[in-house]
Amino acid sequence: MIVELGHFALVLALAVAVVQATVPLIGAHYRWQRWMAVAEPAATTQLLLIGFAFAALTWAFVTSDFSLRLVVLNSHTLKPLIYKISGVWGNHEGSLLLWSLILSLFGACAAWFGGNLPITLRARVLSVQAMIGVAFMLFMLFTSNPFLRLEVPPFDGNDLNPLLQDPGLAFHPPFLYLGYVGLSMSFSFAVAALIEGRVDAAWGRWVRPWTLAAWIFLTIGIALGSWWAYYELGWGGFWFWDPVENASFMPWLIAAALLHSAIVVEKREALKSWTILLAILAFGFSLIGTFIVRSGVITSVHAFANDPERGVFILMILGVFMGGALLLFALRAGVMEAKGVFSVVSRESALVANNLLLAVSAFVVFVGTLWPLFAELVFDRKLSVGPPFFNMAFTPFMVALAVLLPVGSVLAWKRANLAQALATLRLAFVLALALGALAWTMQTGRSILGPVGVMLGAWVILGALGDLWARGGRGAPVQRLGRITRLPRSDWGKATAHAGFGVTVAAIAALTAWQTEDIRVVRPGESFPLGPYTVTLVEVHDERGPNYQTSKAEMDLFRNGALIAKLYPEKRFYPVARMPTTEAGIDHRLLRDVYLVLGDPQDGGGFAVRSYIKPFVNWIWIGCFLMAIGGGLSLSDRRYRRAAGARRMPAAVPAE
Amino acid sequence: MRRAAILLLALFLAGPVAAVEPDEVLADPALEARARDLSKGLRCLVCRNESIDESHADLARDLRLLLRERLVAGDTDAQAIAFIVDRYGEYVLLNPTTSGSNLLLWIAGPAMALGGAGLAVLYVRRRSATPEIAGTALTQAEQARLAEILKD
Repeated sequence: MIVELGHFALVLALAVAVVQATVPLIGAHYRWQRWMAVAEPAATTQLLLIGFAFAALTWAFVTSDFSLRLVVLNSHTLKPLIYKISGVWGNHEGSLLLWSLILSLFGACAAWFGGNLPITLRARVLSVQAMIGVAFMLFMLFTSNPFLRLEVPPFDGNDLNPLLQDPGLAFHPPFLYLGYVGLSMSFSFAVAALIEGRVDAAWGRWVRPWTLAAWIFLTIGIALGSWWAYYELGWGGFWFWDPVENASFMPWLIAAALLHSAIVVEKREALKSWTILLAILAFGFSLIGTFIVRSGVITSVHAFANDPERGVFILMILGVFMGGALLLFALRAGVMEAKGVFSVVSRESALVANNLLLAVSAFVVFVGTLWPLFAELVFDRKLSVGPPFFNMAFTPFMVALAVLLPVGSVLAWKRANLAQALATLRLAFVLALALGALAWTMQTGRSILGPVGVMLGAWVILGALGDLWARGGRGAPVQRLGRITRLPRSDWGKATAHAGFGVTVAAIAALTAWQTEDIRVVRPGESFPLGPYTVTLVEVHDERGPNYQTSKAEMDLFRNGALIAKLYPEKRFYPVARMPTTEAGIDHRLLRDVYLVLGDPQDGGGFAVRSYIKPFVNWIWIGCFLMAIGGGLSLSDRRYRRAAGARRMPAAVPAE
Repeated sequence: MRRAAILLLALFLAGPVAAVEPDEVLADPALEARARDLSKGLRCLVCRNESIDESHADLARDLRLLLRERLVAGDTDAQAIAFIVDRYGEYVLLNPTTSGSNLLLWIAGPAMALGGAGLAVLYVRRRSATPEIAGTALTQAEQARLAEILKD
């Protein structure tokens, strides 16, 4: 019964969304107050209805209602409760419902907190947001209904893909969707502004927090996914350039570009049409990502069930929204006249360079991801594009970005003095060089990659600190520190996020250059050396988990004869899904991880054991979380808390 | 003889095998390092999107053994790769060649970077050459500053 109510609520939500997509838009055109006022209650109602539908589906999963097709396919009575809940979005249909829920949540937030937006802009934003909602709910109801019943319910379900039964992955999709869908808000603002025919500093200030929020969620989502891949897939990789990873990475890059160009709109009223274009493209890449994940046209490790019909539907959504928005852009972009004037050496120019590099790197990922499909369709060549291509084609742009970042971030707006800016960074540069040289001397005859990466990372981190220090002005260090602590949060956010980027760059280079690996057969009771450590395989025994069988090894890690960790790598087998998984035994430390994987028993006795020392690996994700925290600091800046307060700050909105 | 034994073992091993097994590792570390490097660039054909170096599939193991066999037989890296591409097609290469239409793939990024840089330079120069728009004598930052001063 609850399931039917959920289904019904979803249909009602669609009806509400149709009203919200049309009435306020017409109202805004004719300046009819009451028509525009429909948007706000409609957005709230839509959220409540979809929220109810989502709760109904969750209920079905938690109570293991096997009359529901989706629950049979993705759940099992023995599965732990947390994975019953995460099973709701661990599949195509349920994840679409989550997508729609988040979409309506963002819409409702814009309705609740958008009180200071001009009334027509708000009506149009909410209406565009509802159009996206209509498209996705139609998609769900016609091709991927989560509420389908089975005539003859089985006794038990098929279980969730065991790889997905993991805490890291349980919360990875919701964060990613918060990011993907958050970009719909930037899209709605862009389209609404195009309809209004007006983009000014105030618009930049409104659109930036939404983009920032979406970007923060994407950052966390991607980091969680990468961390999961690291400890779950069993060989300690953190990024595979898999099409699905790329699908989340492209919007992230474009959103990062958008974040920066929106600052130029807000502060200097330049780059307006470019920013609008980025806002459209960012959501476009989210939709392309959806297409890649769900259509099955591109082979990937974690694509959902493949269904051509769905692919066509998503292509239609993509075509309508991108085609419509880009057409509108072509018609209206000319209206947006840039105001700010700036010289060649200025923060504005640096941000143009930032946008160029981020956009090009997103484009490289895009071309590489879709090339196999394109080559097969057009040139009839069946080929692969894998990590070696991306490493070679993508990395140079990130290196250039890291080189330019500290310089750009200390340049003054409008007209900057390059010599003065470089003087601020002199110490950072010297220290970075010294650290790189130190890394070079400490390693013996290995690739140049490690020292160069360390130097680049240090340059970005120290540059961010140097920028903060310079912002403290002149005077005694204590005074400067005092001033620095009183800097606006957006300055702190900028420094933190940039330093986070540097941390991730350095960590990736260090890991790639200095990782060590060992593969061998070990019998229980035997020890073997691993770098400065000694590893002992104490024993291997079979155990039974709630819904799996496992061979669990007990391994001791010694350094200089002292036991520093007991690790328990496992090989699990999930009988219902008939899938094996590996659980690595990892000793996490700040400076390195020791990563042990138990392989198969060997014919002559003993087990295959794979061991790695992974230097600085955790800093990859620490860097990501620093970026997210930096974004959060920026988001909580006073100017956004009041932001909205454009009305109380007439100076920020020049009369036109 | 050893090869036959390894192949037999590969055939009779039931179930999924983990990536690079201890018995595959070559005695010569230099040769093994080359093999590892090359296998990172070869696709496991039955997997979704994994190199044979990472894959647990039996086919990946066969390919790893084949690759090592060619290296032991004295093939150069290029010869060994060519041998495998001859049998399994271009699809096996994770690092696409630069031949023919693939040239487009490789130059797409740099071309866009150059074009974009050109446009950006034009834009920035135009912005710096434009005089302040008539009628707005104060820039926005100045206006904001003015408002602040007036408020105090």
